Amino acid sequence: MLPRELEQEIAEMVRETDHVEEKIIDVIYLLQRHFGYFSDEAMGHAARLTGKTLVELEELATFYDFIYREPLGRFVIHVCDGVTCWMHHENGLFDYLCRKLGVEVGETTADGLFTVLPTACLGNCHNAPAMLVNGEHYGRLTPEKVDRILDNLRENADTIPLCLCR
Amino acid sequence: MSEQVLFKNRRVDCRPASLADYRAGGGYEALTKAVRTMTPDEVIKVVMDSGLRGRGGAGFPTGRKWSFVRKDAPHPRYIQCNTDEMEPGTFKDRILVNTDPHLVIEGIVLCGYAVQADHGVFFIRPSYDADARLLERELEVAREAGLLGKNILGSDFSFDIDVHRSAGRYICGESSAQANAIMGKRPNPDKNSHMTDSGLWGLPTVVNNVETLASVPSILRNGVEWFQTLAASPTGDGTKLYSVSGEVAEPGCFELPGGTRLGDIIFGAAGGMLPGAEFKTCLPGGTSTSFVAREHLETPMDFDSMKKAGLSLGTGSVIVFDKNTCLVQATINILAYFARESCGWCTPCREGIPYMKHILERIEAGEAGERDVELLQRVADGMEHAYCGFAPGAAMPVHGLLKHFRDEVREHLDGRGCPFVGEGVAKPGLWTSLDRDETVPDEADSEGRDG
Ligand code: SF4
Ligand code: FES
Repeated sequence: MLPRELEQEIAEMVRETDHVEEKIIDVIYLLQRHFGYFSDEAMGHAARLTGKTLVELEELATFYDFIYREPLGRFVIHVCDGVTCWMHHENGLFDYLCRKLGVEVGETTADGLFTVLPTACLGNCHNAPAMLVNGEHYGRLTPEKVDRILDNLRENADTIPLCLCR
Repeated sequence: MSEQVLFKNRRVDCRPASLADYRAGGGYEALTKAVRTMTPDEVIKVVMDSGLRGRGGAGFPTGRKWSFVRKDAPHPRYIQCNTDEMEPGTFKDRILVNTDPHLVIEGIVLCGYAVQADHGVFFIRPSYDADARLLERELEVAREAGLLGKNILGSDFSFDIDVHRSAGRYICGESSAQANAIMGKRPNPDKNSHMTDSGLWGLPTVVNNVETLASVPSILRNGVEWFQTLAASPTGDGTKLYSVSGEVAEPGCFELPGGTRLGDIIFGAAGGMLPGAEFKTCLPGGTSTSFVAREHLETPMDFDSMKKAGLSLGTGSVIVFDKNTCLVQATINILAYFARESCGWCTPCREGIPYMKHILERIEAGEAGERDVELLQRVADGMEHAYCGFAPGAAMPVHGLLKHFRDEVREHLDGRGCPFVGEGVAKPGLWTSLDRDETVPDEADSEGRDG
């Protein structure tokens, strides 16, 4: 069962569009935010609400970077590994983050708060090395800056709303 | 500073220009003029005469593209505004949208008027979610002001714009793949259909880059002659946004006369090299362009001049490399990116890119000989046979590496391995502190509007 508001929001979105296909990604995003990831259960709801088959949805879900078929942390840390960030020591940024959080790239911290993922260029190359967390861009990262960002997210984890494109 | 057209309303505090700011500088005058006094064909003619070319990388004449939409073509017709830019080094559209959202909106509406379209779709990548929200807000502002929606400015032209959030993947920047993405299909490119005949939902669709569309309002307002005085070179149509990143002192996005010399962009606008760094090469137009030789610094950065020099302008995103950076390693990084982003549809790309990366890794480790370098060349040449432009683009840095830096590659061969390892070489990976000032305020950072 979905919360009534979410169910209605999606149903309305589907009703109002001429082409349900155009809204599939939005529907997936909404369900993903609710379930934390695009779980089988979430996919079932997406199929029911859009009239698409599971195969059609899986075909999309496995194509895109920002749709997650595995559970992951509340905050996904997207670290840019593009060539500009690379020359500004993105390797070190990965290394520092992973040591700090006690995870490997792709893993989630034991408290369920953070997942570290590599990502395509974030469009913040002039501030390399760069990362994106919960829709916010952070650049010119230094170890001290990373510490401050993690502390802030950790302290306010319960009150920071999650953006749609996590 | 040369004339700022696209960045006219750029503010020191980085706040995006509001509708009032935009209007104060003549914003929406072009739209008013167009819908009240010009026929759609007249609009197309002005854009055609201006010589404006697409800023997404291909450089196709914008007015001509618009003219492909047949007069008797069915409705609804669509405008697809591309804000995907995921190629490393490229960030001009993000900055443009965050500087002056209404400039972009007016550009889309004008394009819509020119081809008598009904809907615009703003295609935006997920990591630009803050920008998507900004646009949604400003679109509503435009609607309330009668600049969008039914009977725009009291005319009989109606047109509205939606924001389509993508879920990522670089190939979505390719126009037909992008159309598939919007239609909820797996976004592989589709070379069989002509978008202007059969794009979104099988209907006529014009796809343009953000920067291209944003160049249109001022052309209509100030005229073709004015536009032609903006460029630095005979074929440098108008002004151009050049984003510069890498080992330069002042990386950023600069609006300069189209056809500004590459060297002037790097050593003028971007402040030259970082202290302690020495110029080796750059990728002049993003990672799907070739490394350049030193003499190319003289080349004007416009489509034709670059082509004449055997290079391509791409998105005009200059990535600058220092003498101490190993270009074999840099190319491995770039190929890792392209291998991950390949849509996997066709074999040359799906298999060839990882294969080139593999050969380069062996070169880097000193496990390769001259024959492997020849093999690398052959595989790179083979990328021409891929289904879309992605794979030939991915091969460009490899071509540049083998053409201009073959000696550096050779130094790695026959058991020697990377010559750039050792004392005093600032290798990527040794991240302790940043070698640049932290000049970006935290606040601007977190709002996604730094720049
Ligand atoms: S060249 Fe690459 S991106 Fe283009 S269709 Fe082939 S696999 Fe897909
Ligand atoms: S290369 Fe890292 S943000 Fe562009």
